[in-house]
Amino acid sequence: MTTEALRIEGLHKSFGDLEVLRGIDLTVAQHEVVCLIGASGSGKSTLLRCINLLEPIDAGRVVVSGEEITADGVKVDRIRRRIGIVFQSFNLFPHMTVLENVTLAPIRVLKIARKTAEAEAIELLTRFGLADKRDQLPDRLSGGQQQRVAIVRALAMKPDILLLDEVTSALDPELVAEVLNVIRELAHSGMTMVIATHEMGFARDIADRVCFLDEGTIIEQGPPAVILSDPVEARTRQFLQRIIEAGRL
Amino acid sequence: MSSLGGPLATPGGPPVVRRKPARISWRATAIAVLSTVVVFGGLVWVVVHAPNWPQVQEDFFNGPIFWQSLPGLIRAFWTNIRLFLIAELLVLPLGLLVAVMRGLPGPVFFPLRALSTAYVDIFRALPGILVIYVLGFGVPGLGIPGVPVDPFFWAVVALTLIYSAYVSEVYRSGIESVHPSQDAAARSLGLTRFQSLRHVVLPQAVRRVVAPLLNDFIGLQKDTVLVSIIGVVEIFRTAQIKQQATFNFTPYLGVALVFIVVTIPLARFTDWLVARDKRRSGGAARRTR
Repeated sequence: MTTEALRIEGLHKSFGDLEVLRGIDLTVAQHEVVCLIGASGSGKSTLLRCINLLEPIDAGRVVVSGEEITADGVKVDRIRRRIGIVFQSFNLFPHMTVLENVTLAPIRVLKIARKTAEAEAIELLTRFGLADKRDQLPDRLSGGQQQRVAIVRALAMKPDILLLDEVTSALDPELVAEVLNVIRELAHSGMTMVIATHEMGFARDIADRVCFLDEGTIIEQGPPAVILSDPVEARTRQFLQRIIEAGRL
Repeated sequence: MSSLGGPLATPGGPPVVRRKPARISWRATAIAVLSTVVVFGGLVWVVVHAPNWPQVQEDFFNGPIFWQSLPGLIRAFWTNIRLFLIAELLVLPLGLLVAVMRGLPGPVFFPLRALSTAYVDIFRALPGILVIYVLGFGVPGLGIPGVPVDPFFWAVVALTLIYSAYVSEVYRSGIESVHPSQDAAARSLGLTRFQSLRHVVLPQAVRRVVAPLLNDFIGLQKDTVLVSIIGVVEIFRTAQIKQQATFNFTPYLGVALVFIVVTIPLARFTDWLVARDKRRSGGAARRTR
């Protein structure tokens, strides 16, 4: 194995009385692509939000590139710029153009000169076929385009790790492929990614490893060929059976 | 080109399809005009046939006194304009500051939150006229050297304090209407809490509250007459002086007209903004969820 990018140890998280994560242990190597699968409410999104500290955790440790980010006194803003996240609902800033969405954080957080930031942003937008949209407001774009802009916005911060939270779940079926292709390209370029997804075919294609979450724990993990075809755990089988019945695998 | 034969005219020749709605709207207009004339004409008739109408007409609708007092009233209104313009310029940032202070999270900021909450609670609870009295007479009355005694100064302070409390609530509702996922997206990119507020949350919040904000400003403009009680000679006080000199209430009618002339365009402008926001919010609803 290569260098470790992310290590999670004994992560617990509750919302009130509801314990959403009950002791998550997960290590992700650099350039590795890990897919989190599991039913809605199994804790996939919460896990991703805990990794970049959008949710405070109750117990456990998160270590990114050797630095424990959950330690006391760690500046969260400094950590978050190294961990990109893309949300199911895009969350683009509606009052800013595509270019402004992408350059806001590089300019304000990394203090990069506007000209440089714009040049880098245009390069990224071009790479993902969005160059002609740079002066548009987000609501002029299709869902697939908006989600690609959201991915570019996260990439503009040159993150060490990219977290993707069901990024195709809010899209019309015909728009899913264009977003998955972007992620596929990122995987090939060596981006370390943790992806929560319901797209099993995509997970099989792209993942180095698949983790099955159930009731706040990872109950089974391994290469996609094993987990998605021949899982050991009864609950994994049951989940995949339902997915197959729904025609999604 | 549409039928002018009256509301009930039947189509003459083979009609163009377009003509039908045109005829209906012509008929609707006729009905609107007729009912307006009946209602308002009726009201006027009742008033002018009241037993004491001649006396009331003499006291409130006196033509010569009206024309004689109007130039002075308009000159005095300049004081009201200065009052509300200065107060509005101060209310905009102060209200925003209070709204942001109330929204600060965490135990560290408890004193600021408590302070701003207490301020808003108190100044919204107090009748404005009391605030004006206390500040206008009370504070200069302390006789502290260096404290201004100019009633205009304290009038501006009082109006600013009263309306900043209202406006901060307007801002706050705007801030709370921005979906938390916007802040989450900004913070996830490494923006600080303040940067997220400044670049992501507030620009969206302020855009949404322009109309209710202007609504509060209409209230502020009218409330400038209240400061007459601490001796600021503005339009209402001028009318009062005139009334006491002539024993005639017509100058107040002049005051009313001046405010109507100033306020109605602002009210229409506010309506226009609300309508424009409504047109836009179709897109906004789509993109926030």
